[in-house]
Order: sequence, then structure tokens, then C-alpha cells
Amino acid sequence: MSTIPVQAGEETPAECTAGRLELEDGSRVGVMGGGPAGSFFSYFLLDLAARVGTRLELDLYESKDYSVPGPAGCNMCGGIISESLVQTLAAEGIRLPPTVITRGIDAYVLHMDVGTVRLETPRLEMRIGAVHRGAGPRGLQAADWQSFDGYLLELAAQKGARVVRGRVEDVEWQAGRPQLRVRNGASQGYDLLAVACGVNSASIKLFEAGKGNGSYRPPATAKTYISELHLGRERIAQYFGHAMHVFLLNIPRLEFAALIPKGDYVTFCLLGQNIDEDLVRAFFGAAPVRACLPPDWSGPKESCHCSPRINVGGASEPYADRLVFLGDCGVSRLYKDGIGAAYRTAKAAAVTAVFQGIGREDFRRHFWPACRSLARDNRLGRLVFAVTRLIQKWRFARRGVLDMVRREQAHAGRVRRMSEVLWNTFTGSAPYGEILLGTMHPAYIGRLIGSTLAGNWPRREPARKD
Amino acid sequence: MSAGSLGKTYRPGEVIVHQGDTGDCMYVVQDGQVEVVQEQGSGPVRLAVIGPGDFFGEMALFEREVRSATVRAVDEATVLTVDKKTFLRRVHADPSLAYRLVQTMSQRLRKLNTEFAQRQPPP
Repeated sequence: MSTIPVQAGEETPAECTAGRLELEDGSRVGVMGGGPAGSFFSYFLLDLAARVGTRLELDLYESKDYSVPGPAGCNMCGGIISESLVQTLAAEGIRLPPTVITRGIDAYVLHMDVGTVRLETPRLEMRIGAVHRGAGPRGLQAADWQSFDGYLLELAAQKGARVVRGRVEDVEWQAGRPQLRVRNGASQGYDLLAVACGVNSASIKLFEAGKGNGSYRPPATAKTYISELHLGRERIAQYFGHAMHVFLLNIPRLEFAALIPKGDYVTFCLLGQNIDEDLVRAFFGAAPVRACLPPDWSGPKESCHCSPRINVGGASEPYADRLVFLGDCGVSRLYKDGIGAAYRTAKAAAVTAVFQGIGREDFRRHFWPACRSLARDNRLGRLVFAVTRLIQKWRFARRGVLDMVRREQAHAGRVRRMSEVLWNTFTGSAPYGEILLGTMHPAYIGRLIGSTLAGNWPRREPARKD
Repeated sequence: MSAGSLGKTYRPGEVIVHQGDTGDCMYVVQDGQVEVVQEQGSGPVRLAVIGPGDFFGEMALFEREVRSATVRAVDEATVLTVDKKTFLRRVHADPSLAYRLVQTMSQRLRKLNTEFAQRQPPP
């Protein structure tokens, strides 16, 4: 008889069966939050369980109505589906229809005070999707698009999730099992609870230190500013086309700003320190910003706007026995591709719950590595954004970057190292580690030095013949 | 092409991939229909017509061989590219992503087996 040796870190057969927490036929799962993380988790959990013949009952709690315009039906986000997520969802068999994608994006336009440059998608196709997370901005009368979050919620419901319209007001633990209670509702017990309530919901307070089933600590957050600017479809096509516009401007307290064209609106996203009206006014007053907006545009005063918080630190220990935290209230990507991170953590949690178990140790071994890889990459991301801030500050560096990108764009067939680095930084299409590695290539460094010298070399005006 | 379409739109009859070309991606049909045609000694043979949600060119993700067939749009079709690098990076992190691909390839193999068996003379 032969035996299979047990590798370090693997379980022995005895450990496999002793007191393991698992989902079984008829197990009940509660999901708090019907944003992308909650809907992806529900979708994949039910799909994977069906593959192995396990029938689950899943209740997905969401208080927002995604058919209502304005804050009541919106999860407050820039609404970009990254190139890598678009492709991954296609491979998963999840099609994002044109009613959900309000505009396909095939280019980024980088604006700086020293000039503007356009970066196209690598295969010259619409590979990035701009979406409205909710039904649309406040005051909207009619729309020919569908909420992205509403669409994902529908997909989860089609897989068998029961959508419960209500906010969870209390979480109790009885005999190690979570019990959820909504307003005026009876308490419901579950075998597994997935929390995907984001960082802007009061629900996260239900899991503050000492209240949950483990050692969860919510992530560090930062405030952003998002506004929906109504320009109308024709003017958006004329001024923005299918390009997202990003700005590296040397304005105090401004870190990053973008204008994202959608159906009838352009979404304005701003990252910075102590964001206030003065900062927003300074941004819209900058020449590169004025140049890409219609001259008769009245300004953002009456626009639907919000100041949501985003995850910038990652939660600690986002799992416990029968409990897992997904998306923004768990671990996300720094500044970019939050929806992509929600997909990754939700899928990792669903795979773990169906194939490994729902105990703390199962999540630590099989779910946490997906979170840890995001967290480690975010550390490198901080370095990438620190360099971006220096470029934003130093005019000579901006000239060098611009010169290098322009040279790359002018020579077909040339390896576009700077273009690729900028594309991946702004779109969130590649891990930050890969971006950083790209900047260490000798050819990149050599060309950047050359372009910085050439871009800053004093140019003489050509002498007039007359 | 709608403002919200993802991928690239091809006119009726336009070739998306050529038989014999090298490839580093697979394709997912977003809208419309495409036909898969193989050039054989006796002339072109239509192998399949596929529509929204279906994929083709997946062999390029696993092999370094050239494209085994030509694919062209039947009517106006929108097709999204999935890069080999993006796909394999995700599969490395989450092998279950390959399930749908394996499932479809299994169904195609089953269909081929049935067709092959039907063409064989009875023993």
C-alpha cells in the first residue's frame, strides 16, 4: 500500500475531518451588501455549489434600490470596469451588455500643464467600460442605461439568491452561528455570513472591535470627491469621444483627477488632501481642464455630487469562523480597480467556502492569500503613486515624461515602455509590481533620461528670413 | 456600434482571425454571429457558427501552434479579445476560471466524437 506524503502546510487526513466547518446540502448563507462584492460572491458561491451538487439557500441583504436615481440608489464610485476585469468576466461567461456599459473606453488622454498626450488601448478596441453604479445622478428623468450594481444583483438572483430589501440592523452570534435582524423583521440564522457592505455604510460598525466573531479591524480610508456633470450625449461625443481624461496638475492638495465620459454625463473623480470647494474650483479653473470642456459649460455647482470614502489600508483579519469580509470592507486595490478587487476577493471566498470549508483556518489558508497578494501589491502601489506625485510636482519631469510618450507614439513598432507604464498606472490594468518592474528596465531609464534632457533643452525660435 | 459596446466591431464577411496566423489571444463574441471556416484540400469547410457569449481561438492560450481555422463575421459582429497573459495570470491565481473553457471544449469534443462516429461505416 502506498501513502501520499503530507507537504508542509497541508492537513493530515485526521485534521481534514476533525470538527471541520463546511457548507452542506441545505446550508444557509447570509450576504450583507448587494454591491459588486456581495453580488459576485453570491453568484459564484451558488454557481460553484451547483457544480458539486450542493443546494444552498442564500439571502442577499441590500437596502438600496438601484432603479432610483441619486444617492438612494448609488454606491458612489467613479464607475470604471478595468481592462483586465472586462476580459476576466468575459472568460467567466459574464457579458456586460451595452445597456450597462454607458460608454466603451478605448483611450486615456493625459493632461499636464506642459502638454497633452493620448494613449490608446493596446489592441485598439473598447476594452474598458464606464458604468453608472446606480440608476444615475439625482434629478434624472429618464435613462436608456441600467445600473451596473443592479445588473450584477439580477445575475445573482438568477443564480438563486433571494434578495432581501432591507438594512441589517443587528448581528448576533448564537452557538457560533451568525443571526441577522433587519428593521421590523425576525432574526435569521445562517451557517455562513459574508459581509460586503463597503466602507461608507453604517453596517460596518456592527463588526467593530469586540462585536464580531473574530479580530476584524476595518480598513483605513480616505475621502474622495465624485460629481456627475451633465453635458449631453452630443457634446460628450464631441469633446471626450471614447477617451477617459486624466490630469497630472501641480495644484496644492490635488493628487489625481479624472473625467470619465458616460451616457449623458461626465463623471468627475478627485483624489486629494482635505478636499473642499476651493480645491474643486482650482481644478476646474486650470487651463488644461478648461481646454477639454465646452467653453459655454457653466460649472459643477448644480451637479449631483458626493464625498465617499475609499479603502486605502486593507482590513486586518477579514475572516473568522463562518464569517468573511469582501470588497472595500476587506482588502481592495489602492486607488484603482476597486471593482476588480471586489471580484477577486469574492471569487476567492466563494471557492474557499465551497471546496475548502468555512472555518477561520480555511479562510486563512485559501482566501487570505488573494487578499494578501492585493495588500502586498498595494505597498508597491504607494511607491508608484509617490513617484507620480513627484512628476506632478516637478515641471522638468513632466516635460521628460511627455517627450518620451510622444516619441513612442510617433514611432510605430517601437516598444512603448512609458506609454505602457502610464496606461497601467491610470487604468489599473496590471499589478503595481509589474508597473514598477517596467520602470527598472535599462531601456526605460535610458530613454527617460534622454527625453528629460531633450524635453527641457532650451529651444531657440527659428530665425526669420525677412 | 453602440457607445457602450465592448470589443471591436467587424463588418459582414470581415475576417477576425486567419488560418495559419500565430495568435496570443482568444476571442469572446459580444454581439452578432461569426463563422469558423477551415481551408481543406477540397476547399473551405464551415465548422461552426457561434454567437454572443461563445468564444473562439482558445487553442492559442495553450499551444504555440498557428490558428487552425479562419473566423469571420457573418453579420455585423462585436468581438472582445482576451489576452493570453491576462487570462493565464488570472488562471494561475484562480484555476476555477478555466472551468467554463474546459466545459465548452469538452462539449465540442463530444460533438466531434458523435459526428466522427456517424461517418464511420458500421462494423
